[in-house]
Amino acid sequence: MSDRQYELVYILPPETTEQQAGELHEQIASTVSRMSGQIEKTENWGRRKLAYEIGHFKEGVYVLEVINGSGELMKELDRRLKVIDEVIRHLVVRVDEEKKVVDRTRTKRQSESERRRVKRGLPPQRQPGEGRSAETDDMDDDRFDGMEA
Amino acid sequence: MRFGQGRSGGRGRGSDKKDKEKQQGQRRPMFRRRKVCKFCADKIDDINYKDVKLLGPFVPERGKILPRRISGTCAMHQRKLQTAIKRARQLALIPYVTD
Repeated sequence: MSDRQYELVYILPPETTEQQAGELHEQIASTVSRMSGQIEKTENWGRRKLAYEIGHFKEGVYVLEVINGSGELMKELDRRLKVIDEVIRHLVVRVDEEKKVVDRTRTKRQSESERRRVKRGLPPQRQPGEGRSAETDDMDDDRFDGMEA
Repeated sequence: MRFGQGRSGGRGRGSDKKDKEKQQGQRRPMFRRRKVCKFCADKIDDINYKDVKLLGPFVPERGKILPRRISGTCAMHQRKLQTAIKRARQLALIPYVTD
């Protein structure tokens, strides 16, 4: 069975040093490799303000890991993260299926627009300077982008 | 007994009611913008819980999720928006409540 893709985000206390974060990352990486998964990418978002207090923390260091692996692996990781005290919050989300759907709609939309453009006798890609520019477009814009009375 | 009910009850007959509605309609001339789903219009396929900037306008001050009837979001995107907001809340990116 092909691997699933998961995103793992965890929050560490604000006073965590690079080194401590690195250690925890190593710990996760070893679990992942032991259960024949792989970490596709790691992103450190740095310190962020929390939207609400967790425990007595008002800020936190966010780390995102994209992991390819089995469900058992994530279950194990989840269990471990619950035990580790330094992790004040974590979230595991499966993303591969969602991603597939998004890619499909995107390619479908693109090919559709290309087909229509060719039919109109235009080159398949949009040329620079074509269509309405963004500024003039904004005037009679219907889409929602904030509070409304 | 049916005596006197017509007046005291306040429920007028058909014509009365229509007058009322007409008055209300005149008092508030409606200039409502046509609502369009932001995600359809901007062709945003992926509503991600990590994108706080995208979710922000759909979480008013109180911290509740903005209803569809106000934002004009289509059903499919509102559903995706909902899960994204709920995930973002778990990660303290967006508040559950603010008061």
